Amino acid sequence: MIVGVAAPEFFSPSNIRDLVINNAPLMLIAIGMTFVILTGQIDISVGSQFAVCSIVCGLLAKAGVPMLILIPLMLVIGGLLGSINGYLVGYLRLPSIVVTLAMLVVLRDTLRWLTEGAWVQGLPDSFQWFGLSQGRGELLIVLVVLVIFAIAAFALANLSSGRNIYAVGSDAEAARLTGVDARRVTALVFVLLGSLTGLAALLNAVRFNAIPGNAGIGFELKAIAAVVVGGAAISGGRGRLLGTLIGVALLGTIGTALTFLGINPFWEKAIQGAIILAALVAEVVLGRLENNGRSRNTSSAAA
Amino acid sequence: MSEPLLSVDGISKSYAGVRALSDASFSVNRGEVHAIVGENGAGKSTLIKIITGAVQNDEGSIHFNGSTLTENSPAISKKIGIAPIYQQPSLFPELSVAENLTFGSHTGFLGLIDWKKRRAISKDLLGRIGAKIDVDATASTLSMPQQQLVEIARALDSQAKLFIFDEPTASLSEEDTRNLFDVIRGLKNAGAGIVYISHRLEELPIIADRVTVLRDGRTIETRSIEGVTSEELVRLMVGRELSAVFPKRDVQKGEVRFELKALSSRSAGIHNVNLSVRAGEIVGVSGLVGAGRTELAKVIFGLEPKDSGEIIKDGIAVTIGHPIEAISHGIAYLPEDRRRHGVVLDLPISANITLASLKNLTSLKGMSFSFARERKIAAEYTRRLGVKTQDIHSSVSTLSGGNQQKVALSRWLMTEPTVLILDEPTQGIDVGAKSEIHELMMELAEKGVAIVLISSELPEILGMSDRIAVMNKGTIVTIFDRSEASQDSILAAALGHDKEGA
Repeated sequence: MIVGVAAPEFFSPSNIRDLVINNAPLMLIAIGMTFVILTGQIDISVGSQFAVCSIVCGLLAKAGVPMLILIPLMLVIGGLLGSINGYLVGYLRLPSIVVTLAMLVVLRDTLRWLTEGAWVQGLPDSFQWFGLSQGRGELLIVLVVLVIFAIAAFALANLSSGRNIYAVGSDAEAARLTGVDARRVTALVFVLLGSLTGLAALLNAVRFNAIPGNAGIGFELKAIAAVVVGGAAISGGRGRLLGTLIGVALLGTIGTALTFLGINPFWEKAIQGAIILAALVAEVVLGRLENNGRSRNTSSAAA
Repeated sequence: MSEPLLSVDGISKSYAGVRALSDASFSVNRGEVHAIVGENGAGKSTLIKIITGAVQNDEGSIHFNGSTLTENSPAISKKIGIAPIYQQPSLFPELSVAENLTFGSHTGFLGLIDWKKRRAISKDLLGRIGAKIDVDATASTLSMPQQQLVEIARALDSQAKLFIFDEPTASLSEEDTRNLFDVIRGLKNAGAGIVYISHRLEELPIIADRVTVLRDGRTIETRSIEGVTSEELVRLMVGRELSAVFPKRDVQKGEVRFELKALSSRSAGIHNVNLSVRAGEIVGVSGLVGAGRTELAKVIFGLEPKDSGEIIKDGIAVTIGHPIEAISHGIAYLPEDRRRHGVVLDLPISANITLASLKNLTSLKGMSFSFARERKIAAEYTRRLGVKTQDIHSSVSTLSGGNQQKVALSRWLMTEPTVLILDEPTQGIDVGAKSEIHELMMELAEKGVAIVLISSELPEILGMSDRIAVMNKGTIVTIFDRSEASQDSILAAALGHDKEGA
């Protein structure tokens, strides 16, 4: 709103369109991240997964894999990457922060070692914008994200598999007692995040004619921030995809908004951080108020 | 004579060479409430775990609803109609009551959920047990008794035929207990079988039909509840004649150790509290939930700030802004929540005991800690208080509730307090350990310690106190002398029947 007043060019259709397209991949990743955080876990390796998937996607495209096969293939490849985290956290019960931290390093450094930082260039024409015009290509990207968002939101609210995610995040032991396989649910959300990351890599890659060797740095923080700002509890069990959407919108636009306002864009990270802190503090304060009421209810019995 | 609903015969179970159960048997009929009593370690939990399939028995058999159980697991037992209701309700805190009630069932094609149907089913279930709970409320906002009711309703939904209640009234008020008993009677009349485990022996004549006593892993006796006295049950549970659970003796009272004058604290919700406790005296503090008893203790101990009034220790007014100051004045507080605030579960027994007196074991300005002295002191206290353990270095979480409480008490005894505040010291503890803790209290009183006993168990308050202070809405409304107090007079005062302005 402030931005709108100070710099009306911000709301120009072309700018809005750019913002949406730029943040579409982030939105996909944030959807997957929402699932992971809802189960009470976290995945800070998505940036590295994104980088790996981007390069792999480019190489496959160069090798002549047609787009129709490439799309599902990226979902599978991303899913496989995610399944490593999924297995370690879901079945071996290792702490997700440690596992995904290790994966973050392993993936990126392995990638760097293999590609020596080289970019994938000379992508076929049929790859860029899916072989369609830029306008059509952008539309397709937005449609894909909207459809996935709608399916995910519906599943979380109305399918028992979606509710199981909330259950595991709320109280994994109670979930187990109800017959939910908490290990499987936990593992699957990481696979889901991986798949969505793979797809996001593809959606991002089609916009350019070369793929950078260091894509996605900082993506994990942006995604987690979007989810948290959107109101999901970092401890799991609470949160809605609509919130994540707002979070992505908020965080994704800061950078551009700053440029329009004439503020040094390096402030973007700082403001991002401030917004995250504010959201977390609000959650804790509200949680404490709720807890005080709750603990009085469960205090000792009467005489 | 119809066949019993549940029949458990000759069950044996050993854990790593330790026999938890040997030849335990009992049966439950449809429409019967069958109580199981026994000391901690007698095998009650193990027996229940075997019935629900969480643990497998080594020997013996289980017959349920006409057939023998050849294999068992939590999922199987739930499916055939066995519903355990544990002391700590396990609901999903962030989800609604309706979702908790219908979780995992009533799902349509591909897992599609019909929220309208689920809410209707939930309303029906809650209505069947007479619980007035909003189905859209978030589970975490419910009180513990309400959560318990939701658990029972959930069990009803899965067509439970046998309900197993494990210490359900341990943290309930009198009123909630009465409600629960009404619900249980309803279940019973509808033909369900009920297993009821409790340490509160005085409840059994009200709710149970038969009682089975377990001791050292075996069934000692099964009897109809008619005509059974608490003393008999205790004797069967403990295997020897127990001198009274409340070993009250006359103690010479000394000077006033401790006085509260017009003590008020807005954040703790107490106002104008006046009380005095003499050396060797035990003052019981009674009252309903929310009356302010624990809050009062917290203000005295420095966990909550006081706004006005005085705390006078041995004739001198003191300020206590922090527990450290309270301890330095010789005040000790044993908190109500044993597992979270009383002991540190992950730490070993020895560390728990010395936790409040670490400066006694350090020298060189805190740079050198004497583990040898810690071991010695820990060994001495565990012996003195009778803590049953093989190894003082094992973590406190391996002990039973009663023994954990003794460890917590040891910690405070080590600070050599002159004033000891006990908050629900024997809650959820078996009779044997209870009487040992009461005996310890008497010994402390005889040594001249001034004791404040906060308790919701009226028999305990009546049995152990010299005077009884009743709190209501944050202040003390009446102080009874031991001779003039009774369950009724205390309850009346707790409910505020003397029309004191609030």
